[in-house]
Amino acid sequence: MRPAGAGPVGRPGAGGGPGRGPVRAFVRALHRRPRLRLTLLLSAPLAWLVVAYLGALAALFLSAFWTTDPFTSDVVRTWTTANFREVLTTSVYWHVALRTLGTALAVTAVDIVVAFPIAFWTARVAAARHRNLLVVAVLTPLWASYLVKAYAWRIILSAGGPLDWALKPLGLSGPGYGLPAMITVLAYLWLPYMILPIHAGLANLPEDVLEAAADLGARSWRTFRSVVLPMVLPSVAAGSVFTFSLSLGDYIAVQIVGGKTQLIGNVVYSDITLDLPLAAALGTVPVAVVVLYLLAIRRTGALDSL
Amino acid sequence: MRATRHLAATAAALTAVLALATACGGSSGGSGSVGSDGKLHPPKMTAQRTLGPREGAVNLVAWAGYVEDGSDDPKADWVHPFEQQTGCTVHVKIAGTSDDMVSLMKTGQYDAVSASGDASLRLIAAGDAAPVNTDLVPNYKDVFDGLKLQAWNSVGGVAYGIPHGYGANLLMYRTDKVSPAPTSWGAVFAKDSPYKGHITAYDSPIYLADAALYLMRTRPELGIKNPYALDQKQFDAAVALLRQQNANIGEYWSDYLKEVSAFKSGDSVLGTTWQVIVNTAQSEKAPVKAVLPSEGATGWSDTWMLSAKAKHPNCAYAWLNWIVSPQVNAQVAEYFGEAPANRLACDHTVDKGFCAAYHAGDSAYYRRVWFWTTPIPQCVDGRKDVTCVPYAKWVQAWTSIKG
Amino acid sequence: MRLSRTARILLRSAAALGLAVIYLPLLLVLVDSVNADRSFGWPPGGVTGRWWADAWHSAGARSALWVSVRAGLGATAVALVLGTLVAFAVQRYAFFGRQTLSFVVVLPIALPGVVTGIALNSAFRSVLPPLGLGFGLLTVIIGHATFCVVIVFNNVVARLRRVSGSYEEAAMDLGAGPFQAFRDVTWPLVRSAVAVGGLLAFALSFDEIVVTTFTAGAGVQTLPVWIFGNLARPQQAPVVNVVAAVLVLLSVIPVYAAQRLSGDTAAGGRI
Repeated sequence: MRPAGAGPVGRPGAGGGPGRGPVRAFVRALHRRPRLRLTLLLSAPLAWLVVAYLGALAALFLSAFWTTDPFTSDVVRTWTTANFREVLTTSVYWHVALRTLGTALAVTAVDIVVAFPIAFWTARVAAARHRNLLVVAVLTPLWASYLVKAYAWRIILSAGGPLDWALKPLGLSGPGYGLPAMITVLAYLWLPYMILPIHAGLANLPEDVLEAAADLGARSWRTFRSVVLPMVLPSVAAGSVFTFSLSLGDYIAVQIVGGKTQLIGNVVYSDITLDLPLAAALGTVPVAVVVLYLLAIRRTGALDSL
Repeated sequence: MRATRHLAATAAALTAVLALATACGGSSGGSGSVGSDGKLHPPKMTAQRTLGPREGAVNLVAWAGYVEDGSDDPKADWVHPFEQQTGCTVHVKIAGTSDDMVSLMKTGQYDAVSASGDASLRLIAAGDAAPVNTDLVPNYKDVFDGLKLQAWNSVGGVAYGIPHGYGANLLMYRTDKVSPAPTSWGAVFAKDSPYKGHITAYDSPIYLADAALYLMRTRPELGIKNPYALDQKQFDAAVALLRQQNANIGEYWSDYLKEVSAFKSGDSVLGTTWQVIVNTAQSEKAPVKAVLPSEGATGWSDTWMLSAKAKHPNCAYAWLNWIVSPQVNAQVAEYFGEAPANRLACDHTVDKGFCAAYHAGDSAYYRRVWFWTTPIPQCVDGRKDVTCVPYAKWVQAWTSIKG
Repeated sequence: MRLSRTARILLRSAAALGLAVIYLPLLLVLVDSVNADRSFGWPPGGVTGRWWADAWHSAGARSALWVSVRAGLGATAVALVLGTLVAFAVQRYAFFGRQTLSFVVVLPIALPGVVTGIALNSAFRSVLPPLGLGFGLLTVIIGHATFCVVIVFNNVVARLRRVSGSYEEAAMDLGAGPFQAFRDVTWPLVRSAVAVGGLLAFALSFDEIVVTTFTAGAGVQTLPVWIFGNLARPQQAPVVNVVAAVLVLLSVIPVYAAQRLSGDTAAGGRI
């Protein structure tokens, strides 16, 4: 990385080329002013992401300190911390928040376990000419509608459905709708988001490192554990950002296969129209969890390998 | 060093953001108030006196299946004929829940909404819905009298909408799995139910009224007169009953498809339902039956309401008149599976037994049905010495019941 | 990498099993699209081609598809511009708040959709009316673009990290102007990453429902919103299955194209 303010420095006299006309003149002028170039590069994205997006978020969380008219459900702008007190002191919100956190972690764990062998196979084992095709195979389900996939799982998990039918010879039956079903379905929905980063991480492993490990007499498992795993850990962490945060905010799949379970997303959603300030206060819970998670993940360098 | 810079950057960004945040934010508009008489006084608005020239377009918020233009099912099209006759182009936004409807209407972009009773009073109280001059809706005269000027579509004798269609929340059960056949809501509220894990209930705070309805009969000492007017003590009893029921619930349902598939597979064997769900499940050979239990039932009666900020009021009036015209009301009732509001509609249904199947105009039947009404602090049963628990609290209680 | 025979077999079976699990639900969607019953169920009630015929004639599905394509293209275009700009800024410059910026870019996709949705919804409600605007396709595009930026950013920044700035400098040392250096050297190197990022961003926008719900105007029905609405209609569930089946079949084309584009690096796209 370059020192601050340096930017790619052009050689005096070498910036020539047969540049004529206003565009080229402009480009050349820009080239001599890295600060100006940076400003131009950043002004549009900053306006969008920081001013518009973060601004909207901040406005929402500011409204968490407001209250509603019990009569009309309109937002009344009187400053109060009552909503946060309610969120913190109501036991059901704690239960729901912890259940949601547990679900998100479980989904992430399941996805890591399932994604690893698939990614390993697509990135390092399968014949090189098949690799792209395999990645296509992994990505295709992303295009099938989320809702339709969730409903398909509803059939699979139904009483006497395909899963029960397949497990019957073994004397078992499926989990039915509920928390385990929800974790399964969420893990299914977000699986490609885990496979892809791990695939990319594995594909980028330099072959010579693996060769070296093998030359030093390391067996498959040993190479995997002490060479491969540490090197793709950031990729795993990157994938987990998706599986974790998408599970944390989901409220639709939960309704379809969750039985009577509810997650924090459902609670936020149910309060939006009648009590927006309370919904906003509840919304700070997943936001805080995600931000903490991202900060923790950033230490692994995962955000650079997203 | 890097950390400090990072913090400074974050702080700078936050300052900018907060400055912006204070500039924009939530909204609050003109809204109603509670008079000294304890009655609901919506914001003063007068209904339109005469119809003006039509504006060429109308924006509607509706339940799925209420505003069909044939694009999903070529046989269901009552939008194109309307557009041809009136010159009003229809734009529709499908709402999934009553809450969606309320928030969409608050945006002020829509002219009319097919509100259910758990939304209508909210819209009226907040000043989002305007009174309707029923003289400008010629077909209103043929609407069943039992649906006119009710608690969920009027305030103080002023109509706030045109009835669209209605139905009851019945008790459905699998004939092969549930015996004896249930005749009381006690079946879904029993503590030690043999059907534990396979009972279903409607996933909405308004379901609290079903518990209140049951308590009306079984615990007369609570003095519940109307399941939508619960003081704190009555409310707590209903919540306690649903908490106890939660242990036996397999899943809560909110969309009709989920309910049909659950009863077909046997994941659910007993619980609340709508007539259309019964019919669909039976047509797919699921062994189910539905009854109107001895305690009666809750039900819904949908109302087309006008927005107070309607930009196309004249086209909206044209739509109100159109949707309750006999033929169209018959079409939409049959497509959706509910009793039509217009009594002449029964002559136009494709299935001649339709109105009988849905008990349209059967006043003895519907006398036992409590139609959804938004609970507000002013008890809708007329009590003035207590405050009733408003709907926002029902929502929070519903969250805590589900746990 | 050298693997023992057992490891190879184990790995292959695990991966095959995983892929089977990925595809079984999709197969079920396909089966159900010819299921004679109206609601989903198992076992299927019989075979019919009726739903495929209905779907073919469904103007609603077609117009929703078109709305989704337009929303996706709009959001992708914005995301391409913003994402590429941020990627160049972050990877080629050092500046105050650089770390924070790459963090902020990730936020829109990491935060729950329902939070992003209501935040944008209330912001639009207070900002748009004074401008004489309402909710519409544009608001959907703005909402989608916000979380699509990160996809483009990730792909381009990963490429830029591998392609050091020294190529450009070398080009300029050889006499190329900055414009020419960018056109002839930098752009060809990042082009495929930009394309892959764009395709994945499009895919993300295409299947988004939560933010869409809160940002779409009257009559703006994207395909997922159409599907949601039709799952609630008494007559339409089977047609939804057909649409989903068609989407799966069609999706092979863009995904394969994306892989071809990024294939030169064998690294695949990045989400």
